[in-house]
Amino acid sequence: MVSSNEARAASQARLAGLGFTLPAVAWIVLFFGAPLAVMAVMSLLPLTADGTPPQLSLKAYRDFFSQPAYVQAIWNSVVTTALVVAISLLLAYPFAYVLATRVPKRWQRFALACAILPFWTSYVVRSYAWLLVLAPTGIVNWVLINLHLIERPITLAYNPSATVFGFVHFFIMLNALTIYANLVQINPRYVLAAQDLGASAWRSFIAVTLPLSVPGMAVGAFLTVVLCIGDFITPQILGGNKELLLPQVIMMQIQRQLDLPMASVMSLVLTVIVAAVYLLVQKPMRSARL
Amino acid sequence: MRQLGNVLSGFYLTACYIFILLPVAVLILFSFQDGRLAVPPFKGPVLDWYVTAFNNPRMMDGLVNSLMVGIVSSAISVILGFLAAYGISRHEFPARRLLQGVIILPLAVSYLLVGMGLLVTLSSLGLGPSLWMVIVGHVVINMPLAFAICLAQLGEHQRKIEWAARDLGASTLRVLTQVTMPMIAAALVAAFCLCFTLSWDEFIIAFLVTRFDVTLPIVIWTMLRGGLNPQTNAVGSFIFLCSILMLVAVELLLFRKRRA
Repeated sequence: MVSSNEARAASQARLAGLGFTLPAVAWIVLFFGAPLAVMAVMSLLPLTADGTPPQLSLKAYRDFFSQPAYVQAIWNSVVTTALVVAISLLLAYPFAYVLATRVPKRWQRFALACAILPFWTSYVVRSYAWLLVLAPTGIVNWVLINLHLIERPITLAYNPSATVFGFVHFFIMLNALTIYANLVQINPRYVLAAQDLGASAWRSFIAVTLPLSVPGMAVGAFLTVVLCIGDFITPQILGGNKELLLPQVIMMQIQRQLDLPMASVMSLVLTVIVAAVYLLVQKPMRSARL
Repeated sequence: MRQLGNVLSGFYLTACYIFILLPVAVLILFSFQDGRLAVPPFKGPVLDWYVTAFNNPRMMDGLVNSLMVGIVSSAISVILGFLAAYGISRHEFPARRLLQGVIILPLAVSYLLVGMGLLVTLSSLGLGPSLWMVIVGHVVINMPLAFAICLAQLGEHQRKIEWAARDLGASTLRVLTQVTMPMIAAALVAAFCLCFTLSWDEFIIAFLVTRFDVTLPIVIWTMLRGGLNPQTNAVGSFIFLCSILMLVAVELLLFRKRRA
């Protein structure tokens, strides 16, 4: 009698647990999983020239990979993202390190809050704000002309390097956050122990601190890849219209060509790239406790 | 050596801060520009562009839409995220890990993918774009965050107090609303505010699934075609101010909670 009561209580608890969890799961499955499935099917039903009902085929994929402009867009996206990850990590690491080791403890929170301030301006406005700085009529050119260092405005905006610039500005904040969160968790005794054993400051950094901060860098790098490679705004506002990135090409398919199957193919390609990066950084990321 | 290091560190920090804060400073400065273009030299300060922005009906419609989308989607995100976190941390049931993975999954994909999925689905169902779809999409991207925040807060300590309440005869609903939720109220509010700031600022999903009734970021986007216009600066500065006030509120709220 008692045991059957217990069994009933246990199965009730199980049902309750499922009951609490299912609405959230249902939302994700219905509004994220199912749409992805629809998209995958859509990518196999290419538009026909004469408007006849489409038939299952890989035509959209073939068209995509045989179109040099599209392959170029993938390449541009990958190169831009790789550059942004590398530059952001290189600039953010020393910043986070100085913040974690040289700034007095009670100021660190405030210093960090100031460092991520632009994070809270509107996303669209952030890229626009860089135009105010970099445009031919922007601040930098104005200052340089008034100092008589240049005669005519130099080209700073509307090219791929302006895109990288705008991205780095955003991701330096993000990476500084994840690296800082990692650095302050490293037990300072490890470094002291290394130095007691005769390691120089530089050696103890390379052999102890740096390897222990890899998880923070991995998390930062992965978030950078996810957010950077799918971003349409920054390249569209700052990048000019010569070297397009994948999201820009996707938006063109949607807005001008009205070719949803092709846009689906492109979005799936984008996702495959992100998934590949995830597999690459999965191991160091797992040990992160941020 | 140590001193040289300090000087170099100081220089580096300053350079980084200048780089990080420069665009925001320029943005705010030129929102007070007296003239039709947000380009140097700076003349002013005047508040004309703020007046213009607040009298712009498209802008105000966008603002109202953004507030509505932000509040509704954040509320749904926090409620669903909290319930799921409660279910997963308090109950043993089959496929628990798998379901947790499903809820977290959208955190690892581009917003573009979420928006594309919704757009393609809408179009194959023959449905038109609408603000409701923006809410749906924003819950997809924000609920995993709310879930993660709640899950981190529901520890063993709270679990024991819940047991005590249940031993004293409280029903599940009563435990949830009168014991669990008050205990992690600060985290719930913080999760709501975080979801709201992310939703309020989200562009690509809103851009893909709306057409005429749009949110504020889309209105700003259409304004950008007009070039370097101080009105855009005014709106941008205003959004910045709102977000900062929101963060200060969260900070005070959590800080007071901790001291009490």
